[in-house]
Amino acid sequence: MQLESMYQEIILDHYKNPHGRGLREPFEAEVHHVNPTCGDEVTLRIHVEGDTIADVSYEGMGCSISQASISAMYDLVVGKTVPQALGTGEHFMTLMQAKGDPSVAEKLEDELEDAVAFAGVSKYPARIKCALMSWMALKDASARALSTTGGQS
Amino acid sequence: MTATASRPDTGARTPLPLDVEAIRADFPILSRTVRDGKRLVYLDSGATSQKPRQVLDAERWFYENVNAAPHRGAHQLAEEATGAYEEARAKIGAFIGAPENEIVFTRNTTEAINLVAYAMSNAATAKEPEFRTYAVGQGDEIVVTEMEHHADLVPWQQLCERTGATLRWLGLTDDGRLDLSDLATVVNERTKLVAVTQQSNILGTINPLGEIIARAHEVGALVLVDGAQSVPHQPVDVTELGADFLVFSGHKMLGPTGVGVLWGRYEVLDKLPPFLTGGSMIEVVRMEGSTFMPPPQRFEAGVPMTAQVIGLAAAVDYLQALGMDKVEAHEKALTAYALDKLAEIPGVTVIGPPDTVARGGAISFTVEGVHPHDVGQVLDDHGIAVRVGHHCAWPVVRRYGVPATSRATFYVHTGYDDIDALADGIRAAQKFFGTV
Repeated sequence: MQLESMYQEIILDHYKNPHGRGLREPFEAEVHHVNPTCGDEVTLRIHVEGDTIADVSYEGMGCSISQASISAMYDLVVGKTVPQALGTGEHFMTLMQAKGDPSVAEKLEDELEDAVAFAGVSKYPARIKCALMSWMALKDASARALSTTGGQS
Repeated sequence: MTATASRPDTGARTPLPLDVEAIRADFPILSRTVRDGKRLVYLDSGATSQKPRQVLDAERWFYENVNAAPHRGAHQLAEEATGAYEEARAKIGAFIGAPENEIVFTRNTTEAINLVAYAMSNAATAKEPEFRTYAVGQGDEIVVTEMEHHADLVPWQQLCERTGATLRWLGLTDDGRLDLSDLATVVNERTKLVAVTQQSNILGTINPLGEIIARAHEVGALVLVDGAQSVPHQPVDVTELGADFLVFSGHKMLGPTGVGVLWGRYEVLDKLPPFLTGGSMIEVVRMEGSTFMPPPQRFEAGVPMTAQVIGLAAAVDYLQALGMDKVEAHEKALTAYALDKLAEIPGVTVIGPPDTVARGGAISFTVEGVHPHDVGQVLDDHGIAVRVGHHCAWPVVRRYGVPATSRATFYVHTGYDDIDALADGIRAAQKFFGTV
């Protein structure tokens, strides 16, 4: 059974009890991202204060991987500056490209916290985009928010 | 919509019309294992079918013995390649009851539909008056249905955007069938073409084409039938069908990828301008302009997919040796069994007709509390290949209020053991995600 390597308990926990779910005010940008091959969707709002992410709120529907990924991302990025959060997103991207190599996950454990549990997903190319959808939405939303506020708020 | 209706023959295994074990021996891929040594249970023929050795051998035979560009060259190989290519055309035509000059080879169903759609917009600017016969423009209407595959929807949306014509559609009923209550108003004097699938790739529904075609012809509209999911699975005869176009793909009927078929009534094809232009399709070329060959060559620009056409003819031989009536009966027995098996599992809902009446073997389903992607992943872990997602029919899943479905499809090598594996796999998914 290889399933457990992808569906870590921590992922299933985030899926069943998502953190930070729901759309909230205030926000500077809202984006809607879809995964056209499977119909997974997320609507994501970002609220920045200065260049710090004060809140990320979201609604989405999709598979356990896509939904758990948003929840784990919420824990990681709220309270960080936008550049820090995008840096974490880069680490997550590196994890997704690791093809299941455990040494990559080990190196990224500190930066990615719970999200390092998604390491097993990198062995299943068809599911990587599920895990990445939330991070793509965050990148898009933060760029829009900063262009609206000019980094000030 | 739920497959909970009780049937007296629940779980009955009527003897299957086809010898599954003998057929499986013809498919090399079915002897491989997946995911750590599991038997491959391939329930995704609706996406693409596996290929028997006979089809692979035919392609290899062509490349090793005959390979040359057909309809060009004065050498023996060119002559033999032309002969093999045209013999294959005749054989594939005969498979659907059509003469060879009505068979146009395309890349696949999608390209065949685009060919017709682009020919109809090219018609507006054609310099030859007879090529303007089927031109569409403002005030004209194109009719599709809500259950079309994106390949039979998006090209028509685009045709309307290019020409100013209006797209209209027939809706769906709650039990997964076409709603024909407004057929007489949706298909009217302004309708230029009706595009409709014979068998839904997602719901499995077999549509009452006779009624639709009769209405379309009553108002002078052309009818294009999407046969991508019907021609591989049931006997289809274009004379009986009575449509103007029938399109299908080789790769879904045991043939190679890269070859599809547009059948068109000759008198209609003859009045259509070309879609792709270039070599092979021309009559006379001068710097000032060119004239074109009659059908089917007019629609086959460039060196064709010769080896794939030879492979498709071998697939037709294979299917004909089994007998298309037996293929249909085989899948019907499997479908009845699968619907019963799925109905036994609490939380499983079939999206589409709940019984085998006017229904093919595509079975879409949802599992309460488990997203289709996750269902597919657990099934994959058991060696079972199904399709998940919106199946290139996004309006259909939207119509039935689900984000996506899992879909099992059957073919000649499918047996009851495959369906038992599917049912066990679904139960394992429920257990894994803690919904039971």
